[in-house]
Amino acid sequence: MSTDHHHNPGFIAKYVFSVDHKVIGIQYAVTALLFLFFGFCLMMMMRFQLAYPGEEIPVIGGLLAGALDPDTGGFLHNLAASLVSSDGFLLPEGYNVLGAMHGTIMVFLGVVPLAVGGFGNYVMPLQIGAPDMAFPKLNMASYWVFLAGGIVMLVSFFLPQGAAQSGWTSYPPLSVISPGQTMWLIGMVLLITSSLLGSVNFIVTIIHLRAEGLSFFRLPFFVWAQFVTAFLLLLAFPPLEAAGVLQLMDRVAGTSFFMPTGLVVANEVLNVAGEGNPLLWQHLFWFLAHPEVYVLILPALGIVAEVIANNTRKPLWGYRSMVYSTIFLGFMSFIVWAHHMFMTGMGETMSIFFQTTTMIISVPSVIILTALVISLWGSSIRFTVPMLFALSFLPMFAIGGLTGLPLGLAAADIHLHDTYYVIGHFHYVVAPGTLMALFAGIYYWYPKATGRKMNTMLGHMHFWGSFIFLNAVFMPMFFQGMAGVSRRLYDQTLYYHGDAVQSLTRMSSWGAWCLGIAQIPFIINFFASLWMGKKANDNPWEATTLEWSTPTPPPHGNFTTVPVVVCGPYEYSPPDKPDGFTPQMTANA
Amino acid sequence: MSVAEIKYIDKPHPITGLTNGKLGIWLFLASEVMLFGALFSSLILLRVGSSDWPHGKNILDVPLATLNTIILITSSVTMVMAWASLKMDRFDKFKLYMGATIALSCAFLVIKFFEYSPKFSHYEAFLKPAAVSKYEDHLTGKASISGHIEKQTDDEIVFKPDTPKGDHGADHGAEHDGHAEHAEITIDRADIHRLTSFGPWHSNFLGIYFTMTGLHGLHIIGGIVVNAWLLFPGSVMFRKERERFEGRVECAGLYWHFVDLVWIFLFPTLYLL
Amino acid sequence: MAEHAHDIAKHVKVYIVIFAVLMVLTLVTVGVSYLELSIMSAVIVAMFVASIKGSLVACYFMHLIDERKIIYWVLALTVFFFIVLMAIPSLDVHSGEGVVVNR
Repeated sequence: MSTDHHHNPGFIAKYVFSVDHKVIGIQYAVTALLFLFFGFCLMMMMRFQLAYPGEEIPVIGGLLAGALDPDTGGFLHNLAASLVSSDGFLLPEGYNVLGAMHGTIMVFLGVVPLAVGGFGNYVMPLQIGAPDMAFPKLNMASYWVFLAGGIVMLVSFFLPQGAAQSGWTSYPPLSVISPGQTMWLIGMVLLITSSLLGSVNFIVTIIHLRAEGLSFFRLPFFVWAQFVTAFLLLLAFPPLEAAGVLQLMDRVAGTSFFMPTGLVVANEVLNVAGEGNPLLWQHLFWFLAHPEVYVLILPALGIVAEVIANNTRKPLWGYRSMVYSTIFLGFMSFIVWAHHMFMTGMGETMSIFFQTTTMIISVPSVIILTALVISLWGSSIRFTVPMLFALSFLPMFAIGGLTGLPLGLAAADIHLHDTYYVIGHFHYVVAPGTLMALFAGIYYWYPKATGRKMNTMLGHMHFWGSFIFLNAVFMPMFFQGMAGVSRRLYDQTLYYHGDAVQSLTRMSSWGAWCLGIAQIPFIINFFASLWMGKKANDNPWEATTLEWSTPTPPPHGNFTTVPVVVCGPYEYSPPDKPDGFTPQMTANA
Repeated sequence: MSVAEIKYIDKPHPITGLTNGKLGIWLFLASEVMLFGALFSSLILLRVGSSDWPHGKNILDVPLATLNTIILITSSVTMVMAWASLKMDRFDKFKLYMGATIALSCAFLVIKFFEYSPKFSHYEAFLKPAAVSKYEDHLTGKASISGHIEKQTDDEIVFKPDTPKGDHGADHGAEHDGHAEHAEITIDRADIHRLTSFGPWHSNFLGIYFTMTGLHGLHIIGGIVVNAWLLFPGSVMFRKERERFEGRVECAGLYWHFVDLVWIFLFPTLYLL
Repeated sequence: MAEHAHDIAKHVKVYIVIFAVLMVLTLVTVGVSYLELSIMSAVIVAMFVASIKGSLVACYFMHLIDERKIIYWVLALTVFFFIVLMAIPSLDVHSGEGVVVNR
């Protein structure tokens, strides 16, 4: 199986400092899943404070309060002191830490590394018939820089000043004066560097290393999604890196790029030069962070497209319009960022401009979603576990997208801005949306990566649990938001309008904890199937794309023969063999 | 050809006409454009929003920066000559030009050091509004006095002020104004609203100056590392995989010219305007 | 691009000319800064000279004048987003006006 050219590397070279895109992809995916789990745990603690303000957090509260004992070691003491009081309930500062780090970890250390670093790295070269990424060593560097960034974020919890507290958006001037932010900025600079290395690699690989006969319009939609995503990462991330450097200078070198003149902190005028502009950060941040939304969603759409084509046994409806929409989406995503800033006193002309671009950008998203829904028409669907996740993605993403429209209209945004409605909106896009698609991807490609299928029973338990409880968590947030409850409140019961909808908060919280329980079958399934799963052959899903035409798991170099592509990506049920499919790759063994 | 071989490492792709490395470096430079672009954009925004943006000439050392511009452009020429020498099969000349490039880049950094360091011993004392009249004789239109600190106690600071700025374009950084005729001024600490050296914390102008030239300096250091590697350990590749080595030198060159290009815009923006 | 040695020799001559032009333009831009122009014209002149210098470096040292199509595409895309990025300050200026008018 393995090519004769290659000597047998030792364990460390093969699995730790590997340059093989498949190993790096798995490293990314596993690390990202761990971070997702960690970020989820942070959120479950937050949800307890929200549901039962000022009560002791069960188990964890007591444990952390125990570590507050001055005799215990420094690092644990730091962690506990930044989060809980001596009674074991969450401090307001601790709540801010959890909120900021939940967002940062989920977006930058969870979803993006899983969708791009994990799936992109593992699947994309296989799907285009490449032996590896164009720059394997750069690929390895990208993972290790990412890991370093993740470790910096984690370590910040154990330092005396605690982790960052100013939200994942880190708006100055608050972020510049609050403790813990420096580590966050260092971590972000590392993460951005990592994704820059990755995106260069992805683009060169897709342009140069496609197999013979694999023209751009024969690329699986997933590859297109990764291609556009890589451009977004390449061109949108550097401005945030610049902003990160500026904020780091504000904190470390005492500059005042984001600090207005005469800022009073703790009753004293801050001794800085002043004349800075806090809005500059918002512009640079959202210049990245809106394209970032599409970085989160495009790979998910790619996965869903693959799974739907495979399980409907039909070519995707409107493949080309989906591709054009994706390109247009990527392009437009750079000129909508200020719709996050309608409330910053922008002029009317600018509001109208960004309102218009925001409405325009919803068109290609709707085209893609519609194409996927129409693809279902008249097919005899195989309801496999990945297909269940992919199907649930469609309405969930639709809810996420449609609830975004009122936020894109300045007039409606005035009421809804910074309320739970916003939280509900973007979580519908990212959690029941992207995350469900990523789960679909895991169930779909797990057999290729490990040689064994995941258990269907446990898969169904995982799916129905996640589907129901994700909605239970996020649906109430729309109503809370419309009732006017602000996001980032430590205790909403202190306000009359918040107290009135406290029951919705409890529902969300119980939903979140049940959602946690619903992940147990997945965790068991993920590990147990490594040894106990049903053995999978090379093409267990009877799929057409190239990754299924190579041995399972693929050898070093990916293909045993040089792949030659003869047709489009989704030749399911072709006229000459109505029950079959035509693989993209010829079997010229 | 082995299945596992990655193509287009040394030979260009038939359609794009580029090697992997060259396409990669251009994409990387595209992201660098956005990185420095964001900083330029920030600079413009801060400058437009500022009530008192200094004239770069009056604070920064234009002669040293001009010298540095000349050095950096020269290094760009030696870099492209190094690549051309390889193409003309003159490995000896490649070594010479590459060595010159590295030497010039080190010279750039040394000059940068001499440009930076005086800023940290040069102070400006911003006076409280009420105290302005007290020092009126020493002020040149601003409510602040800048110069070098001669002596300081808990209550007072003895300043040796700069020669008046503005028309003379005097640079305070350089030490040659040691024989300034201006007498020392003693300032009550109680009259000072804010005392700061001319480091990045002094003002947004100096902040963005240090940030941008600092980041540019880091790029210079990166270039030195890459070029030194290509000159010494990396050059064995010339004998074994010549085309690949030429490709690497070309990519390093593209990066280096980009660093030069950034400086070409930084220089007038920070020092001359 | 398989250039022959004598093509390269021609290139080298071009490099020397460009070098000289860059040196002259450097002195010009420094010289102009002592003319005490109004800020607007100073900015225009300085950026004009810098753009010429930058284009010379990009076109000749980086060989952009004779480059593959795909690089032009990548750069065109970058330039578009770069322009968007440069629009940020104008956005902020407008926002300032908006606030003042409403007061």
